[in-house]
Amino acid sequence: MIPLTYARATTLDEALDAAHDPGTAVLAGGTELLNWLRLGITDADRVVDISRVPGLDRIEPLPGGGLRIGTLVRLNDVAAHPSVARDWPVLRMAIHKSASAQLRNLATIGANLLQKTRCAYFRSEEPVPCNRRVPGSGCAAREGHDDRHALFGWTDDCIATQPSDPAVALAALDAHVVTRTATGGRRIAVTEFHVLPADGVDRDTVLEPGELVEAIELDAPAPCSAYVKVRERESYEYAIVSAAVALRLRDDGVIDSARIALGSVAMRPWRLAEAERRVVGLAPDDDAVTSAIEAALAQARPVAGSAYKLAIARGAARRALMTAAGVRP
Amino acid sequence: MSDLKFTDRIDLRLRINDIDTHLEAIDARTSLLDLLREHVGLTGAKKGCNHGECGACTVLLDGRRVNGCLVLAAAVDGREVVTVEGLSDGEQLHPVQRAFIDCDAFQCGFCTPGQVISAVACIAEGHTTDEHEIREWMSGNICRCSSYPQIVEAVQAAAASENERIPS
Repeated sequence: MIPLTYARATTLDEALDAAHDPGTAVLAGGTELLNWLRLGITDADRVVDISRVPGLDRIEPLPGGGLRIGTLVRLNDVAAHPSVARDWPVLRMAIHKSASAQLRNLATIGANLLQKTRCAYFRSEEPVPCNRRVPGSGCAAREGHDDRHALFGWTDDCIATQPSDPAVALAALDAHVVTRTATGGRRIAVTEFHVLPADGVDRDTVLEPGELVEAIELDAPAPCSAYVKVRERESYEYAIVSAAVALRLRDDGVIDSARIALGSVAMRPWRLAEAERRVVGLAPDDDAVTSAIEAALAQARPVAGSAYKLAIARGAARRALMTAAGVRP
Repeated sequence: MSDLKFTDRIDLRLRINDIDTHLEAIDARTSLLDLLREHVGLTGAKKGCNHGECGACTVLLDGRRVNGCLVLAAAVDGREVVTVEGLSDGEQLHPVQRAFIDCDAFQCGFCTPGQVISAVACIAEGHTTDEHEIREWMSGNICRCSSYPQIVEAVQAAAASENERIPS
């Protein structure tokens, strides 16, 4: 690790001021940042610690039944919150399938969305071609191991995927990221928060320099929601594919509306808009649900090694939908 | 440029295993794990992967289990840390340590301190309903010696003995 200097911000304004400097990394939970510093993924030589900025670690109800989760709330504390457990089970399930108990006691909900791809070439300790690490150096995965890579939205510059579990749940919940800058802030849909390779591999999210995530906001409750994560081992592993579903059911049990997001298939959580349209009016256990998911997946463009993920995506989405509806998959 | 004062050396006060500890001029890059091992002389928490993947460095920070390798020491000034050395009461082993011995739940010892700390936390969190839940909540500790069945057994035994001690 290169030499560092450290300062602890005591107010959000101090943090924003320091974060504007491109050589300054922002420390919240630290679970990503320390590894970035060790691997040289960031060349920042100053760390501003925001972990004790007051007011960013609260969970508060919003008018209309929503919830505002401060950026510094630890993942385990988000999952343990009674409102989340009752009204947004998909988020609780996604968090409990993230990382390990130890990491979830450190990692914060806001910074979780900022984690970078787990592509092994990007994380390599030895120099290998990676356009995200060294612009213009190429993509080693394009000619190498590409079985954990994208189904959607990739380019020859980068075929990586975004690995966050909570992000997939938040995308299915139409959640928003609330940001703060020195002069204001904005509200960004989670579905619009991550940048696809076609829009550049020089950044992962739409955040501008000096812009910090202040909170995550959940809209109306989504009690009929669920998360399914498929991986190579039962626990403590990144997803091959994951699926988050939030449903509204009519009194007769048919689907009134559905929001379906896939994880680990692109550099952002991927909503299956066509499937969401086609499942309206179907019973959750109708075979036509699978056809609707298949129709949406027909738009996928796997890389050579990732085609097997299509079948897993179909099954995960179907299983998440049935679990959300309370139907045994 | 910010008015914050950035420094490369930091003085720290931590309460470690019930002892107030003052450390001076610590390099700002130092992890909590390195602080414990290199500066305080507590080598119970092990440096396995140093990337948050193996759990060998698990310690309790303000009562919650964390990966010591992913915590910047500077960021936890003023906090309370418990390592495996802090579990026993003199020669009297902690019930979880006792259970690990009784169940033969360890082999080479490199992963054991983290496993023991994690088991203490797992029980305190109440994640011991059944074998599946214990496996899930202990999955952040990787043991290549594959002593997982005995570890699950030790967690179950220690959890049962802790419950017995709760007055009805």
